[in-house]
Amino acid sequence: MSVDMLLSQIFNGLSLFTILALMAIGLAIVFGLMGVINMAHGELMAMGAYMTYLTSVIFSRWLPGVMGASFLVGIVVAFLTTAAFGLLLETVMIRHLYKRPLDTLLATWGVSLILQQVFRQVFGPINVSVPTASWLQGAWSPMPGLDLPLARVFIIALTLAVALGVYLFLFKSRWGLRIRSVMQNRAMAGAAGINTARVDAVTFAVGCGLAGVAGSALTMIASTGPATGQQYIVDAFIVVVFGGVESLIGTFVSAFMIGQMQSLFEMPFSGSMAKAAILLLVIVALYFRPSGLFSIKVRR
Amino acid sequence: MFAVENLNVYYGESHILHNLQLTLGAHETLAIMGRNGMGKSTLLKALIAMIPAKTGSIQLDGRELAPLKSYARVAAGLGYVPQGRMIFPYLTVLENILSGMDSATNSVVPEYIYETFPVLWDMRARRGGNLSGGQQQQLAIARALVSEPRVLILDEPTEGIQPSIIKEIARSLNTLKKERNFSLIVSEQVLSFTLDIADRFLIIEKGRFVHEAVREYVDADKMMGYLTI
Repeated sequence: MSVDMLLSQIFNGLSLFTILALMAIGLAIVFGLMGVINMAHGELMAMGAYMTYLTSVIFSRWLPGVMGASFLVGIVVAFLTTAAFGLLLETVMIRHLYKRPLDTLLATWGVSLILQQVFRQVFGPINVSVPTASWLQGAWSPMPGLDLPLARVFIIALTLAVALGVYLFLFKSRWGLRIRSVMQNRAMAGAAGINTARVDAVTFAVGCGLAGVAGSALTMIASTGPATGQQYIVDAFIVVVFGGVESLIGTFVSAFMIGQMQSLFEMPFSGSMAKAAILLLVIVALYFRPSGLFSIKVRR
Repeated sequence: MFAVENLNVYYGESHILHNLQLTLGAHETLAIMGRNGMGKSTLLKALIAMIPAKTGSIQLDGRELAPLKSYARVAAGLGYVPQGRMIFPYLTVLENILSGMDSATNSVVPEYIYETFPVLWDMRARRGGNLSGGQQQQLAIARALVSEPRVLILDEPTEGIQPSIIKEIARSLNTLKKERNFSLIVSEQVLSFTLDIADRFLIIEKGRFVHEAVREYVDADKMMGYLTI
């Protein structure tokens, strides 16, 4: 195996890491912090991808002169749409099911099926693709024989920017403090003066919005179909659990490890065998560290 | 100033608090005393809406608080320090204090907090969960104080705290009450602590008030009779 090939495979792993990380960060907030098992998280990612596609269609028809900006606008549209949908979902359904995880799981699974059918009705059963913006076409060659597609380099940068944004939001803002207080002790947060219902709604909406951004990023490396979300939801849950459900750094590191393992294992094995091997490794790791890679020990 | 009338609380079918009535004047400290399981914590949790009351009125300066949720009662002027402190273990000391400031008029921790509890300044960057029991108690009081309460509710503040720290907490509460202009409701089993801070005593047994005494006429032996098994 040549060095070029290995580096190329590592870069492929990085691409997978970005999608897993973007999706898992949203899931880490919804599942890890709020404890809500949202089976529709994958469909929210697909919704983000479809919104990015819709934005590109609108730009190509009515704003062809600024087509280059369509992807950036698409990311914002994807975030806002999925966050707004998340806010609606939390208000109408999720908040009535807190402390009922199995009911939440079933209800959100139902939502995921409804959303898949809506995507099928609106966008058709055939996958759709977002044209790559001209400034994201081509490749960057850091060394002879190694070409890194600009679109993928951009997604890696986007992932790092989103991770930084989430960190600043959660750990340096007043909203972040409210969210972390509520997630650590809901009853006490209320008794300390925090409006917990409003915090729940905002937290869920932000988590859903991040799934939308993951969907946007996905359009740069794959086409989008009604069942796209299903392909990533299990992986995203594995990433969050493996990383440690209360740790965002854990989620990030876990996404990196699983993305790289998937990519590297695919060289000697098939894609399915690589996934099976990763699952086996995760099970062994969780046997020895049930709280995941990153767990914090404090006096409660 | 603060008045509770006909407060009834149930856990499922079990009737826990029976038609409780109490009043609290400005700058007054009321001690609710009783053995374990008599309803002290349930009463205080019902006051802050951590558990629902079936019936009853809770009024602060004429405003009815009963329909309000916990956060709105804090905004209305109640502060709560729970049994076992319940500080947020993964938040730093500073973040724990800031978490109590959602309804406060300013967004910076007031200086008197660190003057009263210097250890909180020294440990402001540490995780709350890594503090000792006494330090956590000071932190829980600070978190409640920064919401600028008119009535501060403390649930067994001496539980699991060493005697020297208990004395320190009593001193701090007496000073703060005068300086910050609030009233106190404290549930306790330790008579020596309440004698240091309380103006009036209510004994609760099986969810009913069975005895009342003002500080000047407290019969310590009789009180101990209610508190020992």
